[in-house]
Amino acid sequence: MRPLEDILVVDLSQFLSGPSASLRLADLGARVIKVERPETGDICRHLYVSDYEIDGESTIFHAINRNKEGYVADLKNDDDLAKVKRLIAKADVVLHNFRPGVIDRLGLDYQTVKAMNPGIVYGEISGYGKEGPWKGKPGQDLLAQALSGMTWLSGNANDGPVPVGVAVADIWAGALLVTGILACLVRRSLNGKGGLVEINMLEAMLDFQFEPLTVHLQDGTQPERTATNNAHALLGAPYGVYQTADGYLALAMGRVVQLGELLDCPALAQYTDPQSWYDQRDSIKQVLVERLATRCTADWLAILEPADIWCAEVLNWERMMQAEGFQVLDMIQQVTRGNGTNYQTTCCPIRIDGQRLMAPRGSCDLGEHTEAIDHELLASI
Amino acid sequence: MSRPLEGLVVLEFCQYLAGPWAGLRLADMGARVIKIERPGTGEACRGLATKNMTVDGDSLVFHTINRCKQSFTANLKNPSDLVAVKELVKRADVMTHNFRPGIMERLGMNYDVVRQLNPRLVYGEVSGYGKAGPWRNKPGQDLLAQSMTGLMFLTGRRDSPPVPIGVAAADAICGIHFAQGLLAALVRRGKTNQGALVEVSLVESTVDLQFEALTTYLNDGNRMPNRSRGFAAHPYQGAPYGVYPTADGHLALAMGSLTKLGELLGIENLDQFTDVKAKFQHSDDIRDLIAAKLACHPTVHWLERLEAADVWCAEVLSYEELRKRDGYRVLEMEQEVRRFDSSVRTLRSPVRIDGERLFCHDAAPRVGNDTEEILKELQRPTT
Repeated sequence: MRPLEDILVVDLSQFLSGPSASLRLADLGARVIKVERPETGDICRHLYVSDYEIDGESTIFHAINRNKEGYVADLKNDDDLAKVKRLIAKADVVLHNFRPGVIDRLGLDYQTVKAMNPGIVYGEISGYGKEGPWKGKPGQDLLAQALSGMTWLSGNANDGPVPVGVAVADIWAGALLVTGILACLVRRSLNGKGGLVEINMLEAMLDFQFEPLTVHLQDGTQPERTATNNAHALLGAPYGVYQTADGYLALAMGRVVQLGELLDCPALAQYTDPQSWYDQRDSIKQVLVERLATRCTADWLAILEPADIWCAEVLNWERMMQAEGFQVLDMIQQVTRGNGTNYQTTCCPIRIDGQRLMAPRGSCDLGEHTEAIDHELLASI
Repeated sequence: MSRPLEGLVVLEFCQYLAGPWAGLRLADMGARVIKIERPGTGEACRGLATKNMTVDGDSLVFHTINRCKQSFTANLKNPSDLVAVKELVKRADVMTHNFRPGIMERLGMNYDVVRQLNPRLVYGEVSGYGKAGPWRNKPGQDLLAQSMTGLMFLTGRRDSPPVPIGVAAADAICGIHFAQGLLAALVRRGKTNQGALVEVSLVESTVDLQFEALTTYLNDGNRMPNRSRGFAAHPYQGAPYGVYPTADGHLALAMGSLTKLGELLGIENLDQFTDVKAKFQHSDDIRDLIAAKLACHPTVHWLERLEAADVWCAEVLSYEELRKRDGYRVLEMEQEVRRFDSSVRTLRSPVRIDGERLFCHDAAPRVGNDTEEILKELQRPTT
């Protein structure tokens, strides 16, 4: 039995943050009903990330919305709103990511919903919370990265701001929401009471950086990226990614003197004090840059791995997909949409009771299951 | 207020970041998290100083991840210590570990044995690369997991080398997936009264972190991600998406109408690129046109004009600048945790429950701080 079987989720959210949360709940066995407005639906359907589409819609929509049921409703229309309220009355979880104020105007705010369904676990994601000068700003990934200081951690010292090329603010906010919702479901199993879980993307981005931010809160300094080969602004040499004769090698923390011996770099012998590995990391990295460029990655791995130096070859997706170590994880699944279209995507990264959680259902079409849901869940009322 | 996980006991045998990160999530939401540590040095992360910073003998990073937890020392190779630990396991709701494959079997603490002691236990394991295949014995470490999953080709510019994310992103995402799995198993236990085995790995979680772009890659004929020539932000977002220098700083521009942006910035003919294919084909050139305009005036000039027109944009802030902004202060995200005469200023939990922010004022424990008290509790009969 999947852990969340019998849990009904009504998801009013769009884009990535909220839908990535309901995706994980679906992965774990919940039944997710995705409520979308008529005609356009979730804006993400047409938020294209390349010139490649699946069934005329953005590939990321299909990635985020696998294994959900599609329900179409105009929340400004009284009849539709009444139906959605009846769905919510039967639900265990409801979630949304409207800008502050919108949900109150729709009459679907927590207090109202709780009055209809006291056991409801209600999750919401905003951009920047409900108070303060930023509350009306668009809750968007790059903007949350830009405001939160995140852009000064990746890349090298002279690169300027470098955002992360993955929607980490959305994904982290969604992942946090899942933990809060599940914690409230655990509590509900003990006392029957629901709960309210609020996440905002700015706090999520700050939390994602709690390690460098905690350093900043002690000493007031800005994180300093290394001049070259930066990987983590707070870590000393050799921590970084280095070009070899035929690719790239990542070196995690390790003793610099030992590394010097293994790589035949006498220049590293002087760094006997571990404190110098941070204080003089640019100089140490420069020695490594010159030495590592002289031979192929495989040669270096053959020297370093047997000595238990923490290192790895840098792989791109193509090489990763070909690697037996990746294939054995069984992370890729093929899913099928209601109209028969197949596509490939990843699957839930969590295993339960030794089982990989696969789900063959692809993304829902707009309103694909409205009639069936009306018939099944609302007909009796 | 009652925190949702009050009353739950978590035994954390995990070291370093990913596992303890999950423990922190559970602790913040009310669980009692007891770190099981070796006597003397304790958990290895205590000695893992970033920027050479320590507080009261432990690394600052250890303090960051282990606030609000207790510490119980036990030598798992000593039979009498192991007896006490097994007593704890019988009374716990969750236990987590990240030992390399085989170690828990040797200690007689693997899932199949432990579930006999406590059938309601949720048993969590974190690994680097799963339990099978040629990678299983590689060190499970953040940068290596980032290296092996293609992640480094998403950040930076086209001419950049592979660019890692500058925080422990693999540990973070794996830690939060771990918390999700443990909590989902507890939800099920509420119905079935049975525990579960929950497994996550750094590599699988780091792959999942890239699920949007990877799904594109898996279906578009395996075209590799193409980072932008300049002003990079995300390899799968067309112009204007990017970060641009202004006369005095930087401005982030998210997705939006090129026509509207062209009018506001005074760029003629930007609307010729509005169809999807053209937008992606010419993204580099479009970004160059936008950059040339934005460089002419200070950030505030652009923010006033663009925000008024509801263009999605933001200034790019450093920590120092951010902490002066009212939009930051109103969050009340900072908190002070204390341990004897020391204190650490850090962040609180980002999850608000029932309208409340979750603060916690107990710093990470000293090694074995709670051993004696917990041993006394074990003397008392279970209820």
